[in-house]
Amino acid sequence: MDRIKQNAFTKSLWVYHLACSPCNNCDIEILDALTPRFDVERFGIQLVGSPRHADVLLVTGMVNKKVLDRLIRTYAETPKPCLVVAVGSCAISGNMFADSYNFAGPLDKHIPVDVYIEGCPPKPEAIILGIVKGIKKIRGEE
Amino acid sequence: MNFGMHIFYFVVFPGFIFTFIMGLLFNWIDRKLSARVQWRVGPPFFQPLWDFLKLLAKDTYVPEDAPKFIYLISPLLALSGVVIFTTLLGVSNMFPLEGFLGDLIVALYFLSFFPVWLIIAGSSSSNPLSGVGVSREMALYFAYELPFLLGIFTVILKSGGELRIGNLLLYQWKNGSFLYSWSGFLAFVVVLFSMQAKLGLVPFDIGEAEQEIMTGSYAEFSGPVLGVWRLAKFSLFYGVVLFIVMLFWSGIRYPWDVFKVLGILVVMVLLRQTNPRLRIDQALKFFWIWMLILGIIALLLAVRGY
Repeated sequence: MDRIKQNAFTKSLWVYHLACSPCNNCDIEILDALTPRFDVERFGIQLVGSPRHADVLLVTGMVNKKVLDRLIRTYAETPKPCLVVAVGSCAISGNMFADSYNFAGPLDKHIPVDVYIEGCPPKPEAIILGIVKGIKKIRGEE
Repeated sequence: MNFGMHIFYFVVFPGFIFTFIMGLLFNWIDRKLSARVQWRVGPPFFQPLWDFLKLLAKDTYVPEDAPKFIYLISPLLALSGVVIFTTLLGVSNMFPLEGFLGDLIVALYFLSFFPVWLIIAGSSSSNPLSGVGVSREMALYFAYELPFLLGIFTVILKSGGELRIGNLLLYQWKNGSFLYSWSGFLAFVVVLFSMQAKLGLVPFDIGEAEQEIMTGSYAEFSGPVLGVWRLAKFSLFYGVVLFIVMLFWSGIRYPWDVFKVLGILVVMVLLRQTNPRLRIDQALKFFWIWMLILGIIALLLAVRGY
């Protein structure tokens, strides 16, 4: 039963794209993963319009003080189990904005993060690789 | 027909389980075909099933201000309406002589279950975006229902006032499909567009626009409740395509008639993939002016016997 649950979860990941003040580079790379060249719908990955439908929160950008409240609320709204994926250096560490006056700290200070995808911006291949690693983590494979 | 057979019809063959399988199959064909149109590979065959199973295993959150009972029961009622609709159609197709007087009207009544419960569910979920979706859904419902009923009325008139689905089929088997006459073809076009709007497919998916209003009425639903909503929607897709085939293209009589169903499905998916979303006023204009005129022309032609 748990195995069916796991399979079903990892075979149909619905992604809600949460833009926490990004510079839009990571967002463009995420959209690239949906285009015909990469076509992640082959693996059942879909963008959805509401966090209530989501299994994966794809967070891009550096979390600033204004967006922090919305970020935490959106995480609370997402039905569990859900994965949180930090895309790009900004979400992971703040990148060049780390000393900024309204930087609210790295993403994993506020919500638990499952997958980190490094890069400024990461390539679509790197994003897909990160998702694959996340899936392996859920299934307990190495 | 005894009681046991009735249960069998409702639960297994043209009813729930068959509708469930057909709904998932139609969803897969829809997504795969859309992907091929966009030069992608598309999802694997069991994708709709995995989606459904995954949604069953997730949490369900009910909004704080939502009336809990209505909120949770609405998808089940929508699904039951759709299942009764497909059962009625399936049984009429298998045994055309065993219908009752006015089962076409009963079928139309159950066909309106889905949009009405969608409207109720959206307004009960206490979300402003759902509210916008609901108001659009309602406007759209009033827009397409009149041309749709004109199309149905054309069919009834052409068959000489038959109100049984079975008799409509028998008439077509004797005298040829309605689709091959002028009035029948015009009525077919009107009903096809109306059904596109009822299913919320793209030129008319104003009420559940993902990018603008977060899928409108569905925005607050999560987990198993959302799964049942999606199941009801896919099953309605199957039911509607079957309905169009039975009304205009003499139903399913021989095994190769399955291609008629697939043909209508392909036309609907291609319509969806090759058109942008309309605004609500454009959709109203489309139905209340162009489709209404087309429907009246079809009706007049049917009266004149074309």
